[in-house]
Amino acid sequence: MYQAIVFLPLIGFLIAGIFGRVLGPRPSEIVTTAFLFIAALLSWITFFRVGIGGADTRVQLMHWIYVGDLKIDWALRIDTMTSIMLIVITSVSSLVHLYSIGYMHEDPSRQRFFSYLSLFTFAMLMLVTADNLVQLFFGWEGVGLASYLLIGFWYEKPSANAAAMKAFVVNRVGDFGFMLGIFAIFVMTGAVNFDTVFAQAPGLAGKTIHFLGHHWDAPTVLALLLFIGAMGKSAQFTLHTWLPDAMEGPTPVSALIHAATMVTAGVFMVARMSPIFELSPTALDVVTIVGATTAMFAATVALVQNDIKKVIAYSTCSQLGYMFVAMGAGAYSIGMFHLLTHAFFKALLFLGAGSVIHAMHHEQDMRHMGGLWKKIPFTYGAMMIGTLAITGFPFLAGYYSKDAIIEAAYASHSHFSVYGYWMTVIAAALTSFYSWRLVFLTFHGHPHDHHHYDHAHESPLVMTVPLAVLSVGAVIGGFVFYPLFVGHDVEHFFRHSIFMGAENHILHAMHEIPKWAVYMPTLMMVIGFAVAYWFYMVDRRVPKALAKSQDALYQFLLNKWYIDELYNFLFVRPALWIGRTLWKKGDGMLIDGLGPNGISARVLDVTGQVVRMQTGYLYHYAFVMLVGVAAIITWFMFAGV
Amino acid sequence: MSDWPILSVVTFLPLVGALFIFVVRGDDEVAARNARWVALWTTLVTFLVSLLLLPGFDAAAPGFQFVEKKPWLGEIAAYHMGVDGISLPLVILSTFLMPFCILASWESVKKRVKEYMICFLVLETLMVGTFCALDLVLFYFFFEAALIPMFLIIGVWGGARRIYASFKFFLYTLLGSVLMMLAIMAMYWQAGTTDVPTLIQHGFPAQMQTWLWLAFFASFAVKMPMWPVHTWLPDAHVEAPTAGSVILAGVLLKMGGYGFIRYSLPMFPDASHYFAPLVWTLSVVAVIYTSLVALVQEDIKKLIAYSSIAHMGFVTMGIFAMNEAGLQGAMFLMISHGFVSGALFLCVGVIYDRLHTRDISAYGGLAKRMPLYAGAMMVFTMANVGLPGTSGFVGEFLTMFAAFQKNTWVAFFAATGVILSAAYALWLYWRVIFGPLEKESLMKMKDLTPREIVIMVPLVFLTILFGFWPAPVLDMTSHAVNFVVARTETAASAAKTAALLLSH
Repeated sequence: MYQAIVFLPLIGFLIAGIFGRVLGPRPSEIVTTAFLFIAALLSWITFFRVGIGGADTRVQLMHWIYVGDLKIDWALRIDTMTSIMLIVITSVSSLVHLYSIGYMHEDPSRQRFFSYLSLFTFAMLMLVTADNLVQLFFGWEGVGLASYLLIGFWYEKPSANAAAMKAFVVNRVGDFGFMLGIFAIFVMTGAVNFDTVFAQAPGLAGKTIHFLGHHWDAPTVLALLLFIGAMGKSAQFTLHTWLPDAMEGPTPVSALIHAATMVTAGVFMVARMSPIFELSPTALDVVTIVGATTAMFAATVALVQNDIKKVIAYSTCSQLGYMFVAMGAGAYSIGMFHLLTHAFFKALLFLGAGSVIHAMHHEQDMRHMGGLWKKIPFTYGAMMIGTLAITGFPFLAGYYSKDAIIEAAYASHSHFSVYGYWMTVIAAALTSFYSWRLVFLTFHGHPHDHHHYDHAHESPLVMTVPLAVLSVGAVIGGFVFYPLFVGHDVEHFFRHSIFMGAENHILHAMHEIPKWAVYMPTLMMVIGFAVAYWFYMVDRRVPKALAKSQDALYQFLLNKWYIDELYNFLFVRPALWIGRTLWKKGDGMLIDGLGPNGISARVLDVTGQVVRMQTGYLYHYAFVMLVGVAAIITWFMFAGV
Repeated sequence: MSDWPILSVVTFLPLVGALFIFVVRGDDEVAARNARWVALWTTLVTFLVSLLLLPGFDAAAPGFQFVEKKPWLGEIAAYHMGVDGISLPLVILSTFLMPFCILASWESVKKRVKEYMICFLVLETLMVGTFCALDLVLFYFFFEAALIPMFLIIGVWGGARRIYASFKFFLYTLLGSVLMMLAIMAMYWQAGTTDVPTLIQHGFPAQMQTWLWLAFFASFAVKMPMWPVHTWLPDAHVEAPTAGSVILAGVLLKMGGYGFIRYSLPMFPDASHYFAPLVWTLSVVAVIYTSLVALVQEDIKKLIAYSSIAHMGFVTMGIFAMNEAGLQGAMFLMISHGFVSGALFLCVGVIYDRLHTRDISAYGGLAKRMPLYAGAMMVFTMANVGLPGTSGFVGEFLTMFAAFQKNTWVAFFAATGVILSAAYALWLYWRVIFGPLEKESLMKMKDLTPREIVIMVPLVFLTILFGFWPAPVLDMTSHAVNFVVARTETAASAAKTAALLLSH
């Protein structure tokens, strides 16, 4: 059964990918979507059997890389963590497949689209079922590839290509850290498979690792290297730049990959590696700081964006920050809880936005929308539910998971718990503001583009059904799962799939915090709503005047803190400049000039004295160039070690 | 099986084919067609015969197998052939790539077809001979002679600047080999034999090892090529015909890596330990330097050539990590890079045959007209980037993994290659395959022909197969590699003990 969950999407990918052009679009759609629904059904069965029932298991598929002590298998690890991710991935993915049949019905290369979607799902499933770090890395890079292909799906658009490449390369920066983390873990524990690593982990406390010329605290180095990977995949501050650009991809892709599943892989990985993170308060502090900063930063940028998808993208970025704050507080189950609820309401918001865009004939600028609630009432209803859920309206999904994170941040013993708490509280107000701003600008007020408005129409059934299903999830997801993730059943539910140290009492401590701290997020939600209502329902001149009076700040936010420009200046242009210099000056003038070109010039000059001349140059070449230059660099590199 | 000299057959069968072509008279189209078919059949049969080595090969057995030994050159050298887990995969790689080369030249080579095919067949003999030779003089003969057909292939059938490129290639490689020749003589005078299995056990004095190591290094480093003696490669690739590039990148570069593993490490273990930091440094510099240079190339072939140098940086890094993972990784990376880079050059050949330019800026938007081509190219690009699930990943991962255990700085800098390779490879793909199809000249580009599909499919298949199931290669190399590791380790510990004794 577990093999079927993982490999049905792969088979769907192969069928649609290889035979898609022969079969035509419709059969490709049906095959991939049907396979995904079967996988989703099996995943829910797995969830009840493994998550609730406690039947953890491991399925060995085959050997992968066996070299000396390094033993890497292809294997499926099915435990509670896996089963949570399985239902998230397959549920959202199957709904997105279904939705795409409607959304993409005009696209000539639909079969390619569906094959990529299935490829993505396969890679993501391999990631979460991984039994060792290297297989996890396989899934990690595999989803990166699928994301690259899907962002650049409309490959004729230069912006889509740029975004696709940026996503891959920025993710690779994270992978760089991840790979070093894997190596370091092997050096410390002698294995890369989770069972051995986790069994060895307690022994790492207090040990040091020799890394880059110093002895460091081993768990801190391991955790931080892995966390660099998580930052890339989950678009955390400094490595977040690819996520907003990724909105160039078709909207169902944004819902599946850049909201519900792939970007949460970093959160999953940190929770999975909790036996190591738990040993290093320093690493957890870093996680808290990065998470809280991202939550705040992304929320501020989302305030002023005009593209409907960009708002939701930054919102995703911000919510991922929340999840990391939970991880940093040691409340892994709560982070996973928010991952689950967020998957439902954020996929809902994205698919809702897709429905709006579909109705508006691919118009994405909210300034050109308005008053749409009469035209597309069903979509409006779904978006309302999503907005209520994300802002933390009582008894909807976000109310349970997001508030739990904020409470955990308050209760945490981390040095940065105050920072974590206040950043997430203020970000909650901002979240409420930008979410309601989106709803008011899109659905209320007067239509700004009458041509599009008049032609707007409700989406077909294949698109509205997924919205309905996700709406149900966004409404009931919170209180149904609360006991499992936050309440009394956590220990029984998660068992060994996450590890919390003996001193980690965060799940109890968070219930003992002062009342004001508990009600703060709800108060923030109301404030955000009130301001948004005033700005966009009562008097729309207010935000315009505000933007004008605070122009510098407005531009700063509108341009996303100028981080893209900064990176361009710091990394992209220097890399190209250095490359060009090394090529023309290094290869061309220095090496060729001293070496072969110099020699051949002499050959032409004094053909008769070849022998004498060549021996002279041989000497120079072999010893001065090869040994001399290299010796200097060796000295530079190793003298400090 | 063992009663007929199978290695000699594999080695010299192409020469028989070359002889056939040689005696075909005439210069007309018929003669050319015959030459093509003879060459194709010869290479195919050679490949099949080389596959016969597999069932008889015992990966776990120590020493060399399929050994043949005949007197040659009197007392000095012998005709001594044999393979072990290190050379066998390279032999099969060579014979495997040859039919693709012949097929790739089917239509693109129009002048002097007969001579062209002869050159390739002779080259095959010399390549296989290089990997099978178990006598230093014999090895030197094959190793150096392989230069000549390659020199001709670039110089006669190459592009506009072929003369410059071929001389540069020749000069560079000759340079290193002069030193190696001297070293071989010195070894003979010291050890009294040029027999490789004997020399591996011989144990040269430490002082002498240093010099011998440097002399061999000069030759192998040029062949790899390592920074800073790499500049011949981009020029040679750019000017060489497609099939020439395939062999150059696929097999000739591997002779350097093979040389390190077969000769430098086991014969000069002390010197190898002594010089390892130097090699690591050069490797890391190569990875970063050439990746950055690849980023700004405007010529597709040059870009891939620079990326080859970067990958060879991983190979040398892995070899001189001198542990099992490093050597296994280096071997695997050589095999994988052999067919992946070969495939990339074949891909370039496909569009070069249609448009006769390698300028990146001349292309764009090919995905629309050439979806099959775009798909194949995507697989190879991803393998080049080292995506897990393709064969490119296993080798890169293992070499970095090995380096990390020896020196974290080395692994740290090498891992930046992971970022840079993604940048240059995807940017190339974007500019050539993606983007709008606007250029007039590209509107009529046809997708892969059946002949080209026949070339691409096995390569795509292997790239993915070895990505998920690298065991066939890893198992084959495992024992032979462990022997080399053990040899370097005993030498190192012996040197340590000696040093300790002296200090007391």
